[in-house]
Amino acid sequence: MGAIEVRGLTKRYDDVVAVDSLDLSVGSGELFGLLGPNGAGKSTLINVCCTLLAPTDGTATVAGHEVRTAPGEVRRRIGVVFQEPALDEELTGAENLAFHGRLYGMRNPRRAERIEEVLDLVDLTDRRDERVGTYSGGMARRLELARGLLHGPEVLFLDEPTVGLDAGTRNAVREYVRELNARTGVTVVLTTHYMDEAAALCDRVAVVDRGSVVACDTPEALTSRLGGDHVEVGVDDPVAARDRVAGLDWVETVAVVDGGIEVVVDAGERRVAPLLTAVGEVASVSTVSVRKPTLEQVFLELTGRSLRDEGDRAVGSGDPAGGRAAANGRGGGR
Amino acid sequence: MGLVDPLAVYALWQRDLLRFVRARSRLVGTFVTPLFLVAFLGFGFEGVRFGSVPEGVSYVEYLVPGVLGFVTLFSASFSGLAVLSDREVGFLKEILVAPVPRTSVVLGRIAGGATTGLVQSGLVLGGTLLVGFRPTSAVGLGLAAVFLVALSTTFIGFGLALAAGFRDTQGYSLVVNFVLFPLAFLSGAFYPLSNLPPAIRWIGYLNPLTYGIDGLRGALVGRDAAAYPLPVDLGAVAFAGAVTVLVGAWLFDRVEAA
Repeated sequence: MGAIEVRGLTKRYDDVVAVDSLDLSVGSGELFGLLGPNGAGKSTLINVCCTLLAPTDGTATVAGHEVRTAPGEVRRRIGVVFQEPALDEELTGAENLAFHGRLYGMRNPRRAERIEEVLDLVDLTDRRDERVGTYSGGMARRLELARGLLHGPEVLFLDEPTVGLDAGTRNAVREYVRELNARTGVTVVLTTHYMDEAAALCDRVAVVDRGSVVACDTPEALTSRLGGDHVEVGVDDPVAARDRVAGLDWVETVAVVDGGIEVVVDAGERRVAPLLTAVGEVASVSTVSVRKPTLEQVFLELTGRSLRDEGDRAVGSGDPAGGRAAANGRGGGR
Repeated sequence: MGLVDPLAVYALWQRDLLRFVRARSRLVGTFVTPLFLVAFLGFGFEGVRFGSVPEGVSYVEYLVPGVLGFVTLFSASFSGLAVLSDREVGFLKEILVAPVPRTSVVLGRIAGGATTGLVQSGLVLGGTLLVGFRPTSAVGLGLAAVFLVALSTTFIGFGLALAAGFRDTQGYSLVVNFVLFPLAFLSGAFYPLSNLPPAIRWIGYLNPLTYGIDGLRGALVGRDAAAYPLPVDLGAVAFAGAVTVLVGAWLFDRVEAA
């Protein structure tokens, strides 16, 4: 049994379908990403899995329990970091954690031990007794990660964990997420609309668009659907160059383009040197560039739309929950 | 799971207390305004006779229990406000996603609100000693605490029920001010209800605060200062508390986090 099994899940708001008979399986211990534009239904899906929203139809089993029939059992076994900060700024970091521990039925001395453990995990031990109101955005996010793990959940949900953070902090938070997953073995399900985040962080990625999963695989497998890496070589005799490399067994396709050839190879880094050697035998090389397919292109390929355009458009429509958060202007920094 | 999770109730209660102690401005505000009321009204109307205020009860003695009721009313309205501001800062989700029955969340809110309300009333009562107010007995003080907690509970339940109808603090604050002032003035806090025209007087008779304040008067000033018998006061406030808490809990159960 996986950590999450979603079957035919549908969530409708009046006449808007936020999640449309969606299927999903997440294995135990996986670092799993839900990639899609704002308004694709990612947050709704997470809120259903966290028992905060009741599904209109279908089933979702999280950590072995069905969200509709056993919400209490699900809640006990999950940790959640919401898209918007959900800390009490009047309390200190340690007090926020203690509050959380009590809500999850943790008693001392275990509670106190776990608080120290998770504070150490996110490097906040030295700030534990300062009010959260004095924390930076990155520190607050780390405290929320720590809190999500405090009660030892089987599944940790992270809804857009790096939104509203600056680039450096964003990378740091990603490192922490990777570290938490590796060290504690907790299943992590995160949503993101950053391709690089999904590609760099996740074992597997589900591409979500308009309330359903349009593809689900490892980031490498998803990008390799577009074929291999593209190498563009500027040469004085493109036709000769094309004929020279067309027969090589690691070349997938080759085409003559303006002032050169475009070659699709299985692995850019390893093939550039032999490719240039081969081309150099018949023509003189002026430029070379290697382009790796990105999840952005995969998304474009799968949906016919760009992640970014869709994200901008979806603020005013799409998923009501996501749209509302964006309209309130509360999705951003603090 | 059961309906009452003592550790979770404690967590919510303790959080309310921590926040209360840290919000110094709120502490000062809730303490100073009522004392001004007692001082200015008390001195200003010192020699005035108000209809059915019993002989031998000075206006300050009449007024102090009223102001304590007033303090409790305003303090209780903070609990509803706290739910909404928790929603605004996102903290409500942290509470709603926890494996805690909603009933326990409501109980925690009530415990926290009633405690902070009692502390505020205690501070105000201490302050009134400066203007010459003297509670009759220790037993009376204990009885007054019972009335204050019952009143807090009633109006916290009311505040939670009201808060369930709002999405943000602004709308709630606006409506609460509309509701609180009539409740305060139609409760016999500042003058006997019998001074009012009959039609309006009846609204006062339906107001739980009327009986809470009358009970406080009986407890702090003396039995002859109260207009109704003690069991009537206690029964009315307990009944109102049970109703508003049940309604508040029922409505709060339907509150969504988003």
